[in-house]
Amino acid sequence: MNNHKLTRNLYMVPYAVWILLFVIAPILLVIYYSFIDIQGNFSFANYEKFFTPVYLKMTLSSFWYAFLITLFSLLVAYPTAYLLTKTKHKQLWLLLIIVPSWINLLLKAYAFIGIFGTYGVANSFLEVIGIGTQQLLFTDFSFIFVSVYIFIPFMILPIFNAIDTINPVLLDAARDLGASKWDTFRRVVFPLTMNGVKSGIQIVFIPALSLFMLTRLIAGNRVITLGTAIEQHFLVTQDWGMGATIAVFLIIAMFLIMFLTSGFRKRGA
Amino acid sequence: MSNTIIQFQNVSKQYDEDSLVLDDVSFEIERGKFYTLLGPSGCGKTTILRLIAGFTEATKGDIHFNGKKMNHIPANKRQVNTVFQDYALFPHLNVFENVAFGLRIKKMKNSEIKAKVEEALSFVNLSGYGDREIKDMSGGQRQRVAIARAIVNQPEVILLDEPLSALDLKLRYQMQGELRELQRRLGITFIFVTHDQEEALAMSDEIFVLNKGTIQQSGTPNDIYDEPINRFVADFIGESNIVSGTMIQDYLVEFVGKQFTCVDKGMNKNEPVEVVIRPEDLEITSHEQGMLQIKVSSQLFRGVHYEITGNDKDGNEWLVHSTKSVNVDDDIGLKFEPEAIHVMRFDETEEDFDKRLDSYSEGDANEQS
Ligand SMILES: Nc1ncnc2c1ncn2[C@@H]1O[C@H](COP(=O)(O)OP(=O)(O)OP(=O)(O)O)[C@@H](O)[C@H]1O
Ligand SMILES: [Mg+2]
Repeated sequence: MNNHKLTRNLYMVPYAVWILLFVIAPILLVIYYSFIDIQGNFSFANYEKFFTPVYLKMTLSSFWYAFLITLFSLLVAYPTAYLLTKTKHKQLWLLLIIVPSWINLLLKAYAFIGIFGTYGVANSFLEVIGIGTQQLLFTDFSFIFVSVYIFIPFMILPIFNAIDTINPVLLDAARDLGASKWDTFRRVVFPLTMNGVKSGIQIVFIPALSLFMLTRLIAGNRVITLGTAIEQHFLVTQDWGMGATIAVFLIIAMFLIMFLTSGFRKRGA
Repeated sequence: MSNTIIQFQNVSKQYDEDSLVLDDVSFEIERGKFYTLLGPSGCGKTTILRLIAGFTEATKGDIHFNGKKMNHIPANKRQVNTVFQDYALFPHLNVFENVAFGLRIKKMKNSEIKAKVEEALSFVNLSGYGDREIKDMSGGQRQRVAIARAIVNQPEVILLDEPLSALDLKLRYQMQGELRELQRRLGITFIFVTHDQEEALAMSDEIFVLNKGTIQQSGTPNDIYDEPINRFVADFIGESNIVSGTMIQDYLVEFVGKQFTCVDKGMNKNEPVEVVIRPEDLEITSHEQGMLQIKVSSQLFRGVHYEITGNDKDGNEWLVHSTKSVNVDDDIGLKFEPEAIHVMRFDETEEDFDKRLDSYSEGDANEQS
C-alpha cells in the first residue's frame, strides 16, 4: 500500500518539476518584473501606466480583434464541422483539414505575403475581374483573414467531435416530436455541441489575444495586440517591467476566459 | 369509416444491396388496441416501427394512415410518437422540458404547456419530478419520462421499441401492468415491440409473430399460444414438444408409432405433419396407463411446477410441467386429451390456416345442434 503510494509519487516528480520550472517560476518572475520600473526600482508605476488611455485602448483593440477572429472562425468552422460529420469518409476529411495546422505558422504567414502582395495571386484575380489592384497586405482585413485561416482547424476539431458524438437517435426523437430540421438543430444539435464550441473559443480566443508575428508580417504593425505589445517592450524598448505588467493582465484575461467558458460547462454536462 | 388506422400493403424494405429486411409484409392496425410485434433479434421489428414513424422509407409497397398513403410524409408531420429503446431523452433538458419538447415545437402557450406536461407527468406517476435532470433519474423513471413525452402530444398511435428491456425483472413486471393500464385509460393505439414472448402474451390484444422479415402469424395471445401455425411459432411462443407425425385421416393422427384421436381435420390422407403438445397439457401417470412411455432424464424445480424432461424409446425428448415430483431414471407414462394435440401442416399460409381452424368451429356448431 505504502509502496504503491511511493511509486505514484515518484511518477509525479517529472510533472511537478516541469510545472515548477516552466509554469510557476515564469509566472512568479513575470509578477516580480511587473513591479520593477525602468530604473530598476520597486514601484507601481507600471500598473499606473497600464491604466492610461494608451494602454487601455490597446488592450481594448486587442480584445476586439481576438473577438472578431474567434467569431469568424466559429462562423466558418461550425458549418464546416457539421457538414464534415455528414460525409462518408469523415475522418479522412477531418484529417485533410487538420493537416495544415501542423505547418509552421511563419511559413503560412510568408505564403500569405506572397498571395496578398501587390503582384500576388489575389490581386491578379482582382485585376482580371475588373476591380483592379488593391492594397490587401497590411490591412485589418488581411490580418483577420489570415488569423482566421490559421485558427480554423483548432475551432473545427472540438466542434466536430461534439457533433460526431451526438446520439443519432436523439435527432430521430426530435423529428418524431414534430421538430423540423431547423428546430432539431436549434433545440438539440446546437445545445448539445455548446461544450465543443466553448472549447473552440478557448483554443482560439486566448492565442488570438497574444498573436504577435502576424501583426507585423500581415498587418504591418497596424494592429497592436497584447502579444505584440509584450514583445515590443521586452525586445525593442527593453522596458521589461512594462512588458511584464501587460503579461500579468494577459494571464488574468486567460484565467477569466477559462473560467467563463468552463463555468457553464458544469451545467451542460 | 373503418376502424383501421394503419395499413401495410405488401411492404418490402431493403438496405443498400443487402437481402430483404422486410419481405412483402401486409397487416392492418385497428384504433385503440394494444399490438405487439414479437420476434427474434434482427427479424425486422424496429424496421417496421421506423417505417411507421417515418425515419425510413419502404423500398416497395404502400403504408396508409387513416386511409391516406403516407410513404413520403416526413416524420415530423406524422400523428405518431415513439418511445425509443434507450428512451432517447434529451440530456441537456430537464424532465419538464423533455416532456414539453413537442408542445414547444407547436408553439403552444406557456400556461397551456405547463398544464399539459404536469398532467402527463402525473399520468406516469412522476408528479413533482419536473425539475430533475435526466441523469438523476432511474431506468424505470426515465422510461416513464419517455412515455410522458410521447403521450403529451396526444398522438393517434404510440410506438414502443422494447421499452422494458433495460429494466430488472420486478420493475419490468410492474411496468408491463402499468403500460397496459395506461393504454386502456388513454384509448390510444399502442404498437409495442419485444422479443420476450411472455411479455407479448401478457400485454397484447393482438400479436404479430415475425421471423426473417415476414409475419408468421397474427392473432390474440390465446390463438397464437394454443394454435401455432408452424414450428417456428410453436417454438418461439412458450415451450413445446414438437414431433413429426402423419395425419391418417380426419381426427386421427399418428406419431411415435401410435395413433391418437385429435380434433384436427381437413388435411390430406396420410399427409406428413408436425404435432405440438404443450408441456402443461401432459399428465404423468404410471408406466402402464400412459399413452406414451418415457424415461425421466432430469427434473428441475421451477417454483410453481416441476420441469421434467425424458425420452421415449424413439429418442424424442419430452418436456412435462407437473406439480408431481418424479425420480430421475423412473419409467413413467404420459396422458393427454385429444384437444391437447395440435397438428401443423408444412408451409401452410396464414390464410389457409385460419380457414381450416374456422371450419373446426363450424363443425363443432353442427355437431352440437
Ligand atoms: N441502417 C441499416 N442499414 C443496413 N442494415 C440495417 C439497417 N438497420 C437495420 N438493418 C438490418 O435489418 C435487419 C432488421 O433490423 P431491425 O433493427 O429491424 O431488427 P429488430 O427486429 O429490431 O432486432 P432487435 O430485436 O435486435 O432490435 C437486421 O439484419 C439489421 O442488420
Ligand atoms: Mg430493434
